Amino acid sequence: MLEALQLPFMQRALLAGLLVGGLASYLGVMVVQRRLSFLGDGLAHAAFAGVALGLLLHQEPLWVAIPFAVGVSLAITWVRERSSLSDDTAIGIFFAMSAALGVLFMSLRQGFAPDAVAYLFGSILTVTPTDLWVMGLVALGVAALLPLWPDWAYATFDRELALADRRPVLLHDYLLAALIALVVVVSVKVVGIVLMAAFIVIPAAIARLLSQTFAAMTLGAVGIGAFSVLPGLAAAYLFDIPAGSAIVLTQALFFLLALGLRRF
Amino acid sequence: MTAAAVEMKGYSVRFGDFRALQEVNLTVPQGAFVAIVGPNGAGKSTLLKALLGLERGSLRDGPTQVSGTVRVMGLPPRQVPPGWVGYVPQVKGFDRSFPALALEVVVSGLRRRWPFLITAPERKKAEEMLDRVGALALANRRLGRLSGGELQRVYLARSLIREPRLLLLDEPATGVDVVGEADLYRHLEAYQAERGATILMITHDWEAAQHHASAVLVLNRRVVGYGPPERVLCHECLSQAFGHVGHEHGLVLKGD
Ligand SMILES: Nc1ncnc2c1ncn2[C@@H]1O[C@H](COP(=O)(O)OP(=O)(O)O)[C@@H](O)[C@H]1O
Ligand SMILES: [Mg+2]
Repeated sequence: MLEALQLPFMQRALLAGLLVGGLASYLGVMVVQRRLSFLGDGLAHAAFAGVALGLLLHQEPLWVAIPFAVGVSLAITWVRERSSLSDDTAIGIFFAMSAALGVLFMSLRQGFAPDAVAYLFGSILTVTPTDLWVMGLVALGVAALLPLWPDWAYATFDRELALADRRPVLLHDYLLAALIALVVVVSVKVVGIVLMAAFIVIPAAIARLLSQTFAAMTLGAVGIGAFSVLPGLAAAYLFDIPAGSAIVLTQALFFLLALGLRRF
Repeated sequence: MTAAAVEMKGYSVRFGDFRALQEVNLTVPQGAFVAIVGPNGAGKSTLLKALLGLERGSLRDGPTQVSGTVRVMGLPPRQVPPGWVGYVPQVKGFDRSFPALALEVVVSGLRRRWPFLITAPERKKAEEMLDRVGALALANRRLGRLSGGELQRVYLARSLIREPRLLLLDEPATGVDVVGEADLYRHLEAYQAERGATILMITHDWEAAQHHASAVLVLNRRVVGYGPPERVLCHECLSQAFGHVGHEHGLVLKGD
Protein backbone atom coordinates (compact mmCIF):
# COMPACT_ATOMS: atom_id res chain seq x y z
CA MET A 1 0.00 0.00 0.00
CA LEU A 2 2.70 2.49 1.00
CA GLU A 3 4.73 1.81 -2.15
CA ALA A 4 1.66 2.91 -4.07
CA LEU A 5 2.34 6.40 -2.75
CA GLN A 6 5.59 6.41 -4.76
CA LEU A 7 3.53 6.49 -7.93
CA PRO A 8 3.02 10.05 -9.17
CA PHE A 9 -0.61 9.40 -10.14
CA MET A 10 -1.34 8.06 -6.66
CA GLN A 11 0.29 11.12 -5.09
CA ARG A 12 -1.83 13.37 -7.25
CA ALA A 13 -4.93 11.35 -6.41
CA LEU A 14 -4.25 11.62 -2.69
CA LEU A 15 -3.57 15.35 -2.80
CA ALA A 16 -6.63 15.95 -4.99
CA GLY A 17 -8.79 13.87 -2.67
CA LEU A 18 -7.65 15.71 0.44
CA LEU A 19 -8.18 19.11 -1.19
CA VAL A 20 -11.59 18.26 -2.61
CA GLY A 21 -12.73 16.52 0.56
CA GLY A 22 -11.72 19.44 2.76
CA LEU A 23 -13.07 22.18 0.48
CA ALA A 24 -16.42 20.55 -0.24
CA SER A 25 -16.99 19.86 3.45
CA TYR A 26 -16.04 23.38 4.54
CA LEU A 27 -18.61 24.96 2.24
CA GLY A 28 -20.93 22.02 2.82
CA VAL A 29 -21.40 23.16 6.41
CA MET A 30 -23.05 26.37 5.19
CA VAL A 31 -24.99 24.49 2.51
CA VAL A 32 -26.39 21.90 4.91
CA GLN A 33 -27.23 24.33 7.68
CA ARG A 34 -29.00 26.63 5.21
CA ARG A 35 -31.03 23.67 3.96
CA LEU A 36 -29.57 23.82 0.47
CA SER A 37 -28.34 20.22 0.34
CA PHE A 38 -29.84 19.81 -3.10
CA LEU A 39 -27.51 22.54 -4.42
CA GLY A 40 -24.58 20.11 -4.74
CA ASP A 41 -26.58 17.94 -7.14
CA GLY A 42 -27.82 20.93 -9.11
CA LEU A 43 -24.35 22.40 -9.55
CA ALA A 44 -22.82 19.02 -10.39
CA HIS A 45 -25.21 18.86 -13.33
CA ALA A 46 -24.34 22.42 -14.29
CA ALA A 47 -20.72 21.28 -14.30
CA PHE A 48 -21.75 18.34 -16.49
CA ALA A 49 -23.39 20.69 -18.99
CA GLY A 50 -20.27 22.88 -18.94
CA VAL A 51 -17.99 19.92 -19.52
CA ALA A 52 -20.17 18.66 -22.36
CA LEU A 53 -20.11 22.10 -23.96
CA GLY A 54 -16.34 22.23 -23.60
CA LEU A 55 -15.98 18.84 -25.29
CA LEU A 56 -18.35 19.91 -28.04
CA LEU A 57 -16.32 23.06 -28.68
CA HIS A 58 -13.02 21.11 -28.44
CA GLN A 59 -11.92 23.22 -25.51
CA GLU A 60 -10.42 22.14 -22.19
CA PRO A 61 -13.66 21.18 -20.36
CA LEU A 62 -12.62 22.85 -17.11
CA TRP A 63 -12.41 26.33 -18.65
CA VAL A 64 -15.92 26.06 -20.01
CA ALA A 65 -17.40 24.30 -16.99
CA ILE A 66 -16.15 26.88 -14.48
CA PRO A 67 -17.94 29.93 -15.94
CA PHE A 68 -20.99 27.83 -16.77
CA ALA A 69 -21.43 26.41 -13.25
CA VAL A 70 -20.63 29.72 -11.55
CA GLY A 71 -23.20 31.41 -13.80
CA VAL A 72 -25.85 28.82 -12.94
CA SER A 73 -25.08 29.13 -9.22
CA LEU A 74 -25.40 32.91 -9.31
CA ALA A 75 -28.66 32.56 -11.25
CA ILE A 76 -30.04 30.14 -8.65
CA THR A 77 -29.15 32.62 -5.93
CA TRP A 78 -30.77 35.45 -7.83
CA VAL A 79 -34.01 33.51 -8.24
CA ARG A 80 -33.95 32.54 -4.55
CA GLU A 81 -33.52 36.16 -3.49
CA ARG A 82 -36.01 37.64 -5.91
CA SER A 83 -38.90 35.23 -6.02
CA SER A 84 -41.12 33.55 -3.51
CA LEU A 85 -40.23 30.14 -4.96
CA SER A 86 -38.81 27.78 -2.38
CA ASP A 87 -35.09 27.07 -2.51
CA ASP A 88 -35.46 23.50 -3.70
CA THR A 89 -37.74 24.62 -6.53
CA ALA A 90 -35.25 27.26 -7.68
CA ILE A 91 -32.44 24.72 -7.57
CA GLY A 92 -34.57 22.02 -9.19
CA ILE A 93 -35.36 24.16 -12.21
CA PHE A 94 -31.69 24.91 -12.90
CA PHE A 95 -30.80 21.30 -12.15
CA ALA A 96 -33.18 20.08 -14.83
CA MET A 97 -32.16 22.76 -17.32
CA SER A 98 -28.46 21.92 -16.83
CA ALA A 99 -29.02 18.20 -17.21
CA ALA A 100 -31.03 18.79 -20.38
CA LEU A 101 -28.33 21.05 -21.84
CA GLY A 102 -25.66 18.51 -20.91
CA VAL A 103 -27.49 15.71 -22.72
CA LEU A 104 -28.07 17.98 -25.72
CA PHE A 105 -24.39 18.99 -25.99
CA MET A 106 -23.33 15.36 -25.69
CA SER A 107 -25.64 14.28 -28.47
CA LEU A 108 -24.43 17.06 -30.78
CA ARG A 109 -20.91 15.77 -30.44
CA GLN A 110 -20.10 13.05 -32.98
CA GLY A 111 -18.99 9.69 -31.70
CA PHE A 112 -18.60 8.19 -28.27
CA ALA A 113 -17.22 10.31 -25.44
CA PRO A 114 -15.18 8.26 -22.97
CA ASP A 115 -13.96 11.44 -21.22
CA ALA A 116 -17.57 12.32 -20.44
CA VAL A 117 -18.00 9.00 -18.66
CA ALA A 118 -14.98 9.86 -16.52
CA TYR A 119 -16.76 13.01 -15.40
CA LEU A 120 -20.00 11.20 -14.77
CA PHE A 121 -18.50 8.71 -12.34
CA GLY A 122 -15.24 10.41 -11.42
CA SER A 123 -11.72 9.19 -12.01
CA ILE A 124 -9.43 10.30 -9.24
CA LEU A 125 -6.53 8.30 -10.67
CA THR A 126 -6.44 10.40 -13.84
CA VAL A 127 -6.05 13.77 -12.12
CA THR A 128 -3.57 15.86 -14.12
CA PRO A 129 -1.07 18.37 -12.75
CA THR A 130 -3.25 21.12 -14.29
CA ASP A 131 -6.28 19.84 -12.36
CA LEU A 132 -4.20 19.98 -9.18
CA TRP A 133 -3.07 23.53 -9.87
CA VAL A 134 -6.63 24.69 -10.32
CA MET A 135 -7.70 22.91 -7.14
CA GLY A 136 -4.81 24.51 -5.30
CA LEU A 137 -5.84 27.95 -6.52
CA VAL A 138 -9.44 27.42 -5.45
CA ALA A 139 -8.21 26.19 -2.06
CA LEU A 140 -6.06 29.32 -1.71
CA GLY A 141 -9.06 31.48 -2.57
CA VAL A 142 -11.24 29.77 0.03
CA ALA A 143 -8.43 30.03 2.59
CA ALA A 144 -8.08 33.74 1.88
CA LEU A 145 -11.80 34.10 2.63
CA LEU A 146 -11.62 32.27 5.99
CA PRO A 147 -12.06 35.63 7.80
CA LEU A 148 -15.60 35.73 6.37
CA TRP A 149 -16.62 32.60 8.32
CA PRO A 150 -18.05 34.65 11.25
CA ASP A 151 -20.28 36.57 8.83
CA TRP A 152 -21.39 33.49 6.93
CA ALA A 153 -22.11 31.69 10.18
CA TYR A 154 -24.06 34.66 11.54
CA ALA A 155 -26.26 34.87 8.44
CA THR A 156 -26.72 31.09 8.56
CA PHE A 157 -27.82 31.34 12.18
CA ASP A 158 -30.27 34.18 11.57
CA ARG A 159 -30.32 36.12 8.34
CA GLU A 160 -32.51 38.86 9.77
CA LEU A 161 -30.22 39.53 12.73
CA ALA A 162 -27.22 39.68 10.39
CA LEU A 163 -29.07 42.15 8.15
CA ALA A 164 -30.11 44.23 11.16
CA ASP A 165 -26.44 44.41 12.12
CA ARG A 166 -25.63 45.65 8.58
CA ARG A 167 -23.65 42.62 7.55
CA PRO A 168 -23.29 42.30 3.75
CA VAL A 169 -25.54 39.24 3.68
CA LEU A 170 -26.61 39.53 0.05
CA LEU A 171 -23.07 39.99 -1.27
CA HIS A 172 -21.93 37.01 0.76
CA ASP A 173 -24.78 34.89 -0.58
CA TYR A 174 -23.50 35.45 -4.11
CA LEU A 175 -19.89 34.97 -3.07
CA LEU A 176 -20.74 31.66 -1.40
CA ALA A 177 -22.73 30.58 -4.44
CA ALA A 178 -19.77 31.28 -6.72
CA LEU A 179 -17.32 29.49 -4.42
CA ILE A 180 -19.53 26.43 -4.11
CA ALA A 181 -19.81 26.25 -7.90
CA LEU A 182 -16.02 26.52 -8.25
CA VAL A 183 -15.46 23.75 -5.74
CA VAL A 184 -18.05 21.55 -7.43
CA VAL A 185 -16.45 21.99 -10.85
CA VAL A 186 -12.94 21.19 -9.67
CA SER A 187 -14.26 18.25 -7.63
CA VAL A 188 -16.45 16.72 -10.27
CA LYS A 189 -13.58 15.06 -12.12
CA VAL A 190 -12.47 13.41 -8.88
CA VAL A 191 -15.80 12.50 -7.39
CA GLY A 192 -18.06 12.26 -10.38
CA ILE A 193 -21.27 14.14 -11.08
CA VAL A 194 -23.38 11.37 -9.62
CA LEU A 195 -21.62 11.42 -6.25
CA MET A 196 -20.79 15.13 -5.91
CA ALA A 197 -23.60 16.00 -3.53
CA ALA A 198 -22.41 13.38 -1.06
CA PHE A 199 -19.06 15.14 -0.70
CA ILE A 200 -20.81 18.36 0.23
CA VAL A 201 -23.54 16.93 2.41
CA ILE A 202 -22.33 13.80 4.24
CA PRO A 203 -19.28 15.15 6.15
CA ALA A 204 -21.27 18.21 7.23
CA ALA A 205 -24.17 16.02 8.31
CA ILE A 206 -21.87 13.75 10.33
CA ALA A 207 -20.28 16.77 11.99
CA ARG A 208 -23.72 18.21 12.71
CA LEU A 209 -24.68 15.06 14.57
CA LEU A 210 -21.55 15.17 16.72
CA SER A 211 -21.17 18.92 17.39
CA GLN A 212 -22.61 21.31 19.92
CA THR A 213 -21.30 24.44 18.23
CA PHE A 214 -21.09 25.67 14.66
CA ALA A 215 -17.32 26.12 14.96
CA ALA A 216 -16.93 22.48 16.01
CA MET A 217 -19.23 21.41 13.18
CA THR A 218 -17.05 23.28 10.67
CA LEU A 219 -13.78 21.80 11.93
CA GLY A 220 -15.32 18.37 12.22
CA ALA A 221 -16.73 18.41 8.70
CA VAL A 222 -13.40 19.45 7.15
CA GLY A 223 -11.59 16.77 9.14
CA ILE A 224 -14.08 14.04 8.22
CA GLY A 225 -14.23 15.17 4.58
CA ALA A 226 -10.47 15.04 4.17
CA PHE A 227 -9.89 11.93 6.29
CA SER A 228 -12.54 9.80 4.58
CA VAL A 229 -10.49 10.09 1.39
CA LEU A 230 -7.68 7.95 2.86
CA PRO A 231 -9.52 4.69 3.52
CA GLY A 232 -11.58 5.36 0.39
CA LEU A 233 -8.50 5.64 -1.81
CA ALA A 234 -6.84 2.68 -0.16
CA ALA A 235 -9.88 0.53 -0.83
CA ALA A 236 -9.97 1.76 -4.41
CA TYR A 237 -6.32 0.82 -4.91
CA LEU A 238 -6.45 -2.54 -3.15
CA PHE A 239 -9.75 -3.84 -4.52
CA ASP A 240 -9.69 -2.00 -7.82
CA ILE A 241 -13.06 -0.32 -7.26
CA PRO A 242 -13.98 3.25 -8.35
CA ALA A 243 -12.39 5.71 -5.91
CA GLY A 244 -15.33 8.14 -5.75
CA SER A 245 -17.64 5.30 -4.82
CA ALA A 246 -15.21 3.96 -2.20
CA ILE A 247 -14.83 7.39 -0.60
CA VAL A 248 -18.56 8.08 -0.48
CA LEU A 249 -19.25 4.64 0.98
CA THR A 250 -16.62 5.36 3.64
CA GLN A 251 -18.41 8.60 4.46
CA ALA A 252 -21.77 6.84 4.57
CA LEU A 253 -20.30 4.30 7.00
CA PHE A 254 -19.05 7.13 9.22
CA PHE A 255 -22.50 8.67 9.08
CA LEU A 256 -24.11 5.45 10.30
CA LEU A 257 -21.51 5.23 13.08
CA ALA A 258 -22.26 8.81 14.10
CA LEU A 259 -25.98 8.09 14.14
CA GLY A 260 -25.26 5.09 16.36
CA LEU A 261 -23.02 7.14 18.66
CA ARG A 262 -25.80 9.65 19.12
CA ARG A 263 -28.15 6.93 20.23
CA PHE A 264 -25.97 5.93 23.17
CA MET B 1 -32.45 69.60 21.87
CA THR B 2 -31.88 65.85 21.62
CA ALA B 3 -33.50 64.03 18.73
CA ALA B 4 -36.49 61.82 19.42
CA ALA B 5 -35.62 58.14 19.76
CA VAL B 6 -38.07 57.35 16.98
CA GLU B 7 -39.75 59.68 14.53
CA MET B 8 -42.02 58.48 11.73
CA LYS B 9 -43.76 60.82 9.34
CA GLY B 10 -46.37 59.62 6.87
CA TYR B 11 -44.69 56.24 6.86
CA SER B 12 -46.34 53.61 4.67
CA VAL B 13 -45.30 50.12 3.59
CA ARG B 14 -46.90 48.16 0.78
CA PHE B 15 -46.12 44.54 -0.04
CA GLY B 16 -47.37 44.32 -3.61
CA ASP B 17 -51.05 45.31 -3.32
CA PHE B 18 -51.15 44.76 0.41
CA ARG B 19 -50.92 47.86 2.60
CA ALA B 20 -49.16 46.75 5.78
CA LEU B 21 -48.71 50.24 7.23
CA GLN B 22 -50.54 53.40 6.22
CA GLU B 23 -49.45 56.94 6.98
CA VAL B 24 -47.94 56.21 10.36
CA ASN B 25 -46.99 59.32 12.33
CA LEU B 26 -45.18 58.57 15.54
CA THR B 27 -42.79 60.36 17.87
CA VAL B 28 -41.19 58.45 20.72
CA PRO B 29 -39.09 60.58 23.06
CA GLN B 30 -35.87 59.13 24.44
CA GLY B 31 -36.38 57.19 27.64
CA ALA B 32 -39.97 56.18 26.83
CA PHE B 33 -41.32 52.65 27.25
CA VAL B 34 -43.84 52.08 24.47
CA ALA B 35 -45.99 48.98 24.35
CA ILE B 36 -47.22 48.24 20.83
CA VAL B 37 -50.49 46.35 20.67
CA GLY B 38 -52.79 45.36 17.84
CA PRO B 39 -54.31 42.34 16.15
CA ASN B 40 -52.32 39.77 14.15
CA GLY B 41 -51.18 41.14 10.82
CA ALA B 42 -51.53 44.73 12.07
CA GLY B 43 -48.04 45.63 10.87
CA LYS B 44 -46.41 45.63 14.29
CA SER B 45 -43.38 43.61 13.24
CA THR B 46 -43.19 45.60 10.01
CA LEU B 47 -42.94 48.78 12.07
CA LEU B 48 -40.06 47.44 14.17
CA LYS B 49 -38.29 46.24 11.04
CA ALA B 50 -38.58 49.70 9.55
CA LEU B 51 -36.69 51.02 12.57
CA LEU B 52 -33.97 48.42 11.92
CA GLY B 53 -33.69 49.39 8.25
CA LEU B 54 -35.14 46.01 7.23
CA GLU B 55 -38.34 47.25 5.59
CA ARG B 56 -37.49 45.48 2.37
CA GLY B 57 -37.25 42.22 4.26
CA SER B 58 -35.26 39.56 2.52
CA LEU B 59 -36.25 40.94 -0.92
CA ARG B 60 -38.50 37.95 -1.41
CA ASP B 61 -42.20 38.22 -2.06
CA GLY B 62 -42.11 40.80 -4.76
CA PRO B 63 -41.84 44.53 -4.69
CA THR B 64 -42.06 46.39 -1.42
CA GLN B 65 -43.00 50.04 -1.63
CA VAL B 66 -42.05 52.36 1.14
CA SER B 67 -42.90 56.03 1.53
CA GLY B 68 -42.61 58.65 4.24
CA THR B 69 -39.66 59.15 6.55
CA VAL B 70 -38.23 57.28 9.52
CA ARG B 71 -35.60 58.65 11.87
CA VAL B 72 -33.99 56.76 14.72
CA MET B 73 -32.05 59.02 17.08
CA GLY B 74 -32.31 61.61 14.33
CA LEU B 75 -30.73 59.36 11.69
CA PRO B 76 -32.08 57.27 8.81
CA PRO B 77 -32.23 53.69 10.18
CA ARG B 78 -29.42 52.39 8.00
CA GLN B 79 -27.06 55.08 9.28
CA VAL B 80 -27.69 54.31 12.93
CA PRO B 81 -24.68 52.49 14.41
CA PRO B 82 -25.87 48.89 14.95
CA GLY B 83 -24.50 48.95 18.48
CA TRP B 84 -27.13 51.51 19.44
CA VAL B 85 -30.04 49.19 18.80
CA GLY B 86 -30.85 45.93 20.58
CA TYR B 87 -33.39 43.68 18.85
CA VAL B 88 -35.26 40.66 20.15
CA PRO B 89 -36.92 39.02 17.14
CA GLN B 90 -40.16 37.11 17.17
CA VAL B 91 -39.22 33.59 18.19
CA LYS B 92 -41.23 31.83 15.53
CA GLY B 93 -38.83 32.66 12.72
CA PHE B 94 -35.88 31.04 14.37
CA ASP B 95 -33.98 27.92 13.27
CA ARG B 96 -33.60 25.61 16.23
CA SER B 97 -31.44 23.15 14.38
CA PHE B 98 -28.47 25.52 14.35
CA PRO B 99 -25.76 24.04 16.57
CA ALA B 100 -25.02 26.70 19.17
CA LEU B 101 -24.72 27.22 22.89
CA ALA B 102 -26.72 29.91 24.63
CA LEU B 103 -23.48 31.67 25.52
CA GLU B 104 -22.52 31.94 21.84
CA VAL B 105 -25.86 33.49 21.02
CA VAL B 106 -25.25 36.17 23.64
CA VAL B 107 -21.68 36.80 22.42
CA SER B 108 -22.98 37.19 18.84
CA GLY B 109 -24.93 40.19 20.11
CA LEU B 110 -21.69 41.78 21.25
CA ARG B 111 -19.59 40.93 18.21
CA ARG B 112 -22.25 41.30 15.58
CA ARG B 113 -20.71 38.24 13.93
CA TRP B 114 -20.77 34.59 14.87
CA PRO B 115 -17.97 33.70 17.33
CA PHE B 116 -15.52 30.96 16.32
CA LEU B 117 -13.73 31.16 19.64
CA ILE B 118 -14.95 33.08 22.66
CA THR B 119 -12.37 35.16 24.54
CA ALA B 120 -12.28 35.21 28.33
CA PRO B 121 -13.56 38.83 28.60
CA GLU B 122 -16.41 38.02 26.21
CA ARG B 123 -17.36 34.97 28.22
CA LYS B 124 -17.34 37.01 31.41
CA LYS B 125 -19.51 39.74 29.95
CA ALA B 126 -21.96 37.26 28.41
CA GLU B 127 -22.25 35.40 31.71
CA GLU B 128 -22.94 38.67 33.50
CA MET B 129 -25.75 39.41 31.06
CA LEU B 130 -27.24 35.94 31.40
CA ASP B 131 -27.02 36.28 35.17
CA ARG B 132 -28.79 39.60 34.97
CA VAL B 133 -31.80 38.02 33.27
CA GLY B 134 -31.72 35.03 35.61
CA ALA B 135 -30.39 32.63 32.99
CA LEU B 136 -26.77 32.00 33.98
CA ALA B 137 -27.52 28.30 34.33
CA LEU B 138 -28.39 28.20 30.62
CA ALA B 139 -24.95 29.43 29.44
CA ASN B 140 -23.71 26.07 28.19
CA ARG B 141 -27.06 24.68 27.15
CA ARG B 142 -27.74 23.94 23.52
CA LEU B 143 -30.07 26.28 21.73
CA GLY B 144 -32.28 23.48 20.46
CA ARG B 145 -32.86 22.32 24.03
CA LEU B 146 -34.19 25.60 25.42
CA SER B 147 -37.86 26.16 26.14
CA GLY B 148 -39.64 29.20 24.72
CA GLY B 149 -39.26 31.17 27.94
CA GLU B 150 -35.58 30.23 28.30
CA LEU B 151 -34.95 31.23 24.72
CA GLN B 152 -36.51 34.65 25.36
CA ARG B 153 -34.17 35.24 28.30
CA VAL B 154 -31.15 34.31 26.20
CA TYR B 155 -32.28 36.67 23.44
CA LEU B 156 -32.87 39.43 25.94
CA ALA B 157 -29.32 38.98 27.27
CA ARG B 158 -28.14 39.02 23.65
CA SER B 159 -29.81 42.34 23.02
CA LEU B 160 -28.65 43.92 26.29
CA ILE B 161 -24.99 42.94 26.01
CA ARG B 162 -24.32 45.70 23.48
CA GLU B 163 -25.80 48.23 25.90
CA PRO B 164 -28.24 49.66 23.36
CA ARG B 165 -29.91 53.05 23.57
CA LEU B 166 -32.95 51.65 21.84
CA LEU B 167 -34.46 48.25 22.54
CA LEU B 168 -36.89 46.72 20.05
CA LEU B 169 -38.71 43.63 21.29
CA ASP B 170 -41.06 41.62 19.10
CA GLU B 171 -43.50 39.69 21.32
CA PRO B 172 -40.88 38.81 23.94
CA ALA B 173 -43.58 37.61 26.33
CA THR B 174 -45.04 35.03 23.96
CA GLY B 175 -44.57 31.53 25.36
CA VAL B 176 -43.44 32.93 28.70
CA ASP B 177 -45.27 32.14 31.92
CA VAL B 178 -46.64 34.83 34.25
CA VAL B 179 -43.56 34.85 36.47
CA GLY B 180 -41.36 35.02 33.41
CA GLU B 181 -43.31 37.98 32.10
CA ALA B 182 -43.04 39.83 35.41
CA ASP B 183 -39.30 39.09 35.33
CA LEU B 184 -39.06 40.42 31.80
CA TYR B 185 -40.61 43.75 32.79
CA ARG B 186 -38.38 43.90 35.86
CA HIS B 187 -35.21 43.41 33.76
CA LEU B 188 -36.34 45.91 31.16
CA GLU B 189 -37.22 48.53 33.77
CA ALA B 190 -33.91 47.98 35.58
CA TYR B 191 -31.97 48.39 32.37
CA GLN B 192 -33.95 51.47 31.46
CA ALA B 193 -33.41 53.06 34.87
CA GLU B 194 -29.69 52.43 34.53
CA ARG B 195 -29.12 53.58 30.97
CA GLY B 196 -32.06 55.83 30.14
CA ALA B 197 -32.76 53.62 27.13
CA THR B 198 -35.88 53.78 24.98
CA ILE B 199 -37.95 50.61 24.72
CA LEU B 200 -40.48 49.61 22.07
CA MET B 201 -42.12 46.31 22.81
CA ILE B 202 -44.80 44.42 20.92
CA THR B 203 -47.11 42.51 23.21
CA HIS B 204 -50.51 40.90 23.31
CA ASP B 205 -50.81 41.29 27.06
CA TRP B 206 -52.69 44.58 27.39
CA GLU B 207 -52.97 44.34 31.12
CA ALA B 208 -49.24 44.01 31.76
CA ALA B 209 -48.60 46.71 29.15
CA GLN B 210 -50.80 49.26 30.87
CA HIS B 211 -49.00 48.70 34.17
CA HIS B 212 -45.47 49.04 32.88
CA ALA B 213 -45.41 51.11 29.72
CA SER B 214 -45.17 54.88 29.70
CA ALA B 215 -47.16 54.92 26.45
CA VAL B 216 -49.22 52.51 24.40
CA LEU B 217 -49.38 52.44 20.62
CA VAL B 218 -52.49 50.72 19.27
CA LEU B 219 -51.71 49.75 15.71
CA ASN B 220 -53.97 48.32 13.07
CA ARG B 221 -52.11 49.20 9.90
CA ARG B 222 -52.76 52.78 10.98
CA VAL B 223 -52.15 54.39 14.33
CA VAL B 224 -55.43 53.78 16.15
CA GLY B 225 -54.29 55.36 19.38
CA TYR B 226 -51.07 56.56 20.95
CA GLY B 227 -50.52 58.03 24.38
CA PRO B 228 -50.47 57.22 28.09
CA PRO B 229 -52.01 53.80 28.82
CA GLU B 230 -54.94 55.15 30.83
CA ARG B 231 -56.00 57.37 27.95
CA VAL B 232 -55.43 54.93 25.08
CA LEU B 233 -56.61 51.70 26.65
CA CYS B 234 -60.03 52.91 27.79
CA HIS B 235 -62.95 50.83 26.68
CA GLU B 236 -64.63 53.55 24.63
CA CYS B 237 -61.49 54.46 22.69
CA LEU B 238 -60.91 50.84 21.75
CA SER B 239 -64.45 50.06 20.78
CA GLN B 240 -64.30 53.14 18.64
CA ALA B 241 -61.20 51.79 16.95
CA PHE B 242 -62.16 48.15 16.63
CA GLY B 243 -65.93 48.41 16.54
CA HIS B 244 -66.26 45.79 19.23
CA VAL B 245 -64.06 44.96 22.20
CA GLY B 246 -64.42 42.12 24.63
CA HIS B 247 -62.81 39.27 26.45
CA GLU B 248 -63.00 37.04 23.40
CA HIS B 249 -60.41 39.33 21.81
CA GLY B 250 -58.11 38.95 24.78
CA LEU B 251 -58.62 42.58 25.64
CA VAL B 252 -58.72 42.46 29.39
CA LEU B 253 -58.72 46.01 30.66
CA LYS B 254 -58.02 47.40 34.06
CA GLY B 255 -61.27 47.68 35.97
CA ASP B 256 -63.09 45.17 33.74
N1 LIG C 1 -42.00 40.64 3.30
C1 LIG C 1 -43.33 40.59 3.23
N2 LIG C 1 -43.95 40.36 2.05
C2 LIG C 1 -45.29 40.29 1.95
N3 LIG C 1 -46.13 40.46 2.97
C3 LIG C 1 -45.61 40.68 4.18
C4 LIG C 1 -44.18 40.76 4.38
N4 LIG C 1 -43.96 41.00 5.69
C5 LIG C 1 -45.18 41.06 6.27
N5 LIG C 1 -46.17 40.90 5.37
C6 LIG C 1 -47.61 40.95 5.64
O1 LIG C 1 -47.88 42.19 6.25
C7 LIG C 1 -48.83 42.02 7.28
C8 LIG C 1 -48.31 42.59 8.56
O2 LIG C 1 -47.28 41.76 9.01
P1 LIG C 1 -46.61 41.93 10.44
O3 LIG C 1 -46.01 43.29 10.53
O4 LIG C 1 -45.70 40.79 10.62
O5 LIG C 1 -47.87 41.82 11.40
P2 LIG C 1 -47.92 41.68 12.98
O6 LIG C 1 -48.66 42.88 13.46
O7 LIG C 1 -48.69 40.43 13.28
O8 LIG C 1 -46.51 41.63 13.50
C9 LIG C 1 -49.14 40.55 7.37
O9 LIG C 1 -50.36 40.31 6.73
C10 LIG C 1 -48.01 39.89 6.63
O10 LIG C 1 -48.44 38.73 5.98
MG1 LIG D 1 -45.40 40.16 14.33
